[in-house]
Amino acid sequence: MKKILIVDDEPNIVMTLEYTFKKSNYEVFIARDGQEALDILKTNFPDVIILDIMMPMVDGFATLEQIRKDDNLQHTKVMFLSAKNKESDIEKGLALGADAYMTKPFSIKKVVEKVEELLG
Amino acid sequence: MSSFALILILLVYLGILFLIAHWAEKKENIKWANNSYVYTFSLAVYCTAWTYYGSIGVAANSGLNYLPIYIGPIIIIPAWIIIMRKIIRISRVNNVSSIADFISLRYGNSRFLGAIVTVVCLTAILPYIALQMKAISETFHIVTKTQANSLILFDTTTYVAIALALFASYYGTRYVDASEKRKGVITAVALESILKLFFFILVGIYVTFFVFDGFEDIYNQAVTLENFKEKNTIGGLEQAINWFFLCVIAMFAIFLLPRQFHVSIVENNRERHLKTAIWLFPLYLLLFNLFVFPIAWGGNVLFQGENVNADTYSLLIPQFFENTTMTVLVFLGGFSAAISMIVISSIGLSTMLSNNLLIPYTFLGKLISENQVSNNKTIVNIRKIGIFSLIIIAYLIYRFFALDYSLVSIGLISFVIIAQLAPSFFGSLFWRRGSRLGAIWGIIIGFSICLFSLLIPYAIGITSTSSSFITNGLFEIALLKPFSLFGLDYLAPVQHAFFWSMLGNTLTYFAVSVSFKGNYRERNYAEMYVDIDKYSNNHENAFVWKGTAYTSDIEKVLVKFLGEERTKRAMNIFNVKYNVAKDQELADARLVKFAENLLTGHIGTASARILISSVVKEEKITLPEVLKILEESKENITINKKLTETSNQLQKITSELQKANETLVRKDVQKDEFLDTVTHELRTPITAIRAASEILHDDDEIPEELRKQFLQNIISESDRLNRLIDKILDLEKFETGKQTLYPSQNNLIATIENSIEPLQQLIKNRNISVYVESKDTVLAYFDNDRIVQVVTNLLSNAIKFCPETDGLITIQVKKKDDFIETSVQDNGKGINPNDFDVIFDKFYQASNQNFKKPVGSGLGLAICKQIIEHHKGKIWVEPSVKGACIVFTLPIKNIEN
Repeated sequence: MKKILIVDDEPNIVMTLEYTFKKSNYEVFIARDGQEALDILKTNFPDVIILDIMMPMVDGFATLEQIRKDDNLQHTKVMFLSAKNKESDIEKGLALGADAYMTKPFSIKKVVEKVEELLG
Repeated sequence: MSSFALILILLVYLGILFLIAHWAEKKENIKWANNSYVYTFSLAVYCTAWTYYGSIGVAANSGLNYLPIYIGPIIIIPAWIIIMRKIIRISRVNNVSSIADFISLRYGNSRFLGAIVTVVCLTAILPYIALQMKAISETFHIVTKTQANSLILFDTTTYVAIALALFASYYGTRYVDASEKRKGVITAVALESILKLFFFILVGIYVTFFVFDGFEDIYNQAVTLENFKEKNTIGGLEQAINWFFLCVIAMFAIFLLPRQFHVSIVENNRERHLKTAIWLFPLYLLLFNLFVFPIAWGGNVLFQGENVNADTYSLLIPQFFENTTMTVLVFLGGFSAAISMIVISSIGLSTMLSNNLLIPYTFLGKLISENQVSNNKTIVNIRKIGIFSLIIIAYLIYRFFALDYSLVSIGLISFVIIAQLAPSFFGSLFWRRGSRLGAIWGIIIGFSICLFSLLIPYAIGITSTSSSFITNGLFEIALLKPFSLFGLDYLAPVQHAFFWSMLGNTLTYFAVSVSFKGNYRERNYAEMYVDIDKYSNNHENAFVWKGTAYTSDIEKVLVKFLGEERTKRAMNIFNVKYNVAKDQELADARLVKFAENLLTGHIGTASARILISSVVKEEKITLPEVLKILEESKENITINKKLTETSNQLQKITSELQKANETLVRKDVQKDEFLDTVTHELRTPITAIRAASEILHDDDEIPEELRKQFLQNIISESDRLNRLIDKILDLEKFETGKQTLYPSQNNLIATIENSIEPLQQLIKNRNISVYVESKDTVLAYFDNDRIVQVVTNLLSNAIKFCPETDGLITIQVKKKDDFIETSVQDNGKGINPNDFDVIFDKFYQASNQNFKKPVGSGLGLAICKQIIEHHKGKIWVEPSVKGACIVFTLPIKNIEN
């Protein structure tokens, strides 16, 4: 079973993703901000992480930086899912080592497709 | 008192004055020697021995006639603030050092006119100095109870005169540049003015209250004397005309007397000193006249029937009662009055004598061939010898001509003669057309009439009945009787001479000026004098001059009088002031005028012009050309002024624009950030709605419970979206000023309770305790709905951040001076102190794009802030030990604007 970590501070958005990925047979972990995510990642090594950017405490960019430093997470795919849709943000996200970048509002179908694609 | 003792006292007194002068000279910059009071008291050099002794004589013999001499100046002094200021400015920019310079410069820098003015001044002032000598000498003899020795060499007062002459000639010639200020002498004169007033009032009090029993006593005794009534009325129309003329004579004298010109113009340091002078000087004159009458009539009562000189009552009365101290003090006062007049007059006269008569007519050739050191020596020596001989000549005049006349009659003759300068002097200030020829002929005619109707009769002796010239007129023609020309017989000799001479003088001045136009140079100076306010900062620009001149030639002339170093310094100043290159080969009009000015103080205006024109080649300019150039220069000045104004304005506007632009740029960045955040905030609920809808649409197997949850989410996210839009619009209204409040007197406690009410369910659900720590009514002035909005917002935040258990929210309402302070405190995790200020910014995470605001939508507190500030209140985060505490204030009463 593939493991996915969803990091977002909006519970109603998380709810839709959680339902969809569970239905697609993923083991789903949920974090409400960057700090919580990093805590979870100490003991859990998901295959893919869906990461929001604008969050309290630790934002998405900083979270990714931490993730990329962690040897245990070498093979974890990370996809940003953010309402920030400016070119500069997308470039920054990819430069930090994200594998994909999707903007909100999103088509839930396409998110699943993208995740599948990342996991090959 | 013995002569020896009195001379000793005089020497000590002179010594003290000398020391004070010396001290003031050394410390010329300290306030003591350089203030408006010293200036004003130095003006009181007007009050000489004539005032000190002579007034009493006149009051005793002819009653009120002593007054016009002071009323005239008192009437005109308020006008000084305009007239004197003008004269001071003209004199300052042209380095004028005497009235002869002043008049002759205006009429085309005429050497001849300067000489004539000098002669008039000498004729007028020498007898006047003689008058002072007479006063000193006579009073000296009274105090020492000696008789004047008919042999001049055996009279003690001769030596007093010589001592005075030496004192004045030493102190009056400290500077080669006659337009320099003489702080020492002026301070000494000011001190003397205070002393003479003090001694005079002292003797006045002595006579009134110690000899007699107050003013009333004197009056009661005097009223029984012969002629008391006649002497104490003005005496009908004819006498009133005499009075009027005396006032006018004195009015002119206060401007024209060389010593007055010297103290009020040449020695003026600051124009603003005039402001003190125009009230203090008239007050001084009034004070001086306070005791004249009591002393005069007291003397008349005491010395009834005795043959004594009423001029000396102030000495005779204390002496009569054997009060030697008082007698000596009075004598010292009179001596002060006399010597300050002598010193200042002789300084003024000797400057004129050297700068307007001797140097331009005789010494100039010698000066130009010598070097600076010897030139300075020559100039100083000319003046030293000038002062010395003037005083000695005055003494001789006293000894040989003026022994018989009263002090006042000699003084008045001086006044009438000096008044001959009035038409050309006042004309120079206000009338552009006045010409050199007009001035010269006016003065000559007026002076001749004075000679005929005043000086010659007085020299013969007015009382001498044997003179057929006086009794029958010139060539036995009745119309040419010196005291009743053309049958005008009701004026006193002095007023009579004044009337005819001024008439002749003024008419000639006008007639000749109108008939014969002056040359371009006269017209040039006329413009400068009349419009001095326009030129006072760059008067060299107003000097019209055409021709070729070499800077080096002009410098050579300057070096002869100023020396190498001062010339260099002066040239530097010129170059800087007019932005002229240092090695400019050719000189322009400005440099010519500048150089003339530099020399003027040393050798007078006329000689300065002669010297400078000897090294430059001037081309003649026609009168229309001068006027054109002046007009252009005036226009230039106006245009320049306008340009400067416009450029200043432009600069101001530019900086304002720059500021506005910076604000705009900042606002633009803020707007971008705001839009960014707003779109992000709007997208978040849309995302939730879209995702939930997609699932509901595509997924038919969704459990019922979850389906309801998703639908519920869609509803709440839609509400959130709507609230967000409302808030954005709300905020936008506040920020653009479109939001209006409807404030009124309300009970804040009730408003708070009303805000809590809708949240009760939520509060209950979260198990939070809410306390409002005030039960009374607290009235404040606010918009109820808006404050409900604020309190609701703060409460919602507090509820959100309260811990899961034991949540506690405390609301405190405190009454302060003129406002109410409300605080909302929770016991949650609190606010990071770094965020205290920024949480009230809309979407404050703008500074760090990727952080989310910890509270609410990011707009709530921003709106609260707007609402509170629109109420003229404040909102802030109060540091607290546990939880967050937000405080806001509201006014108690309506605060306008």
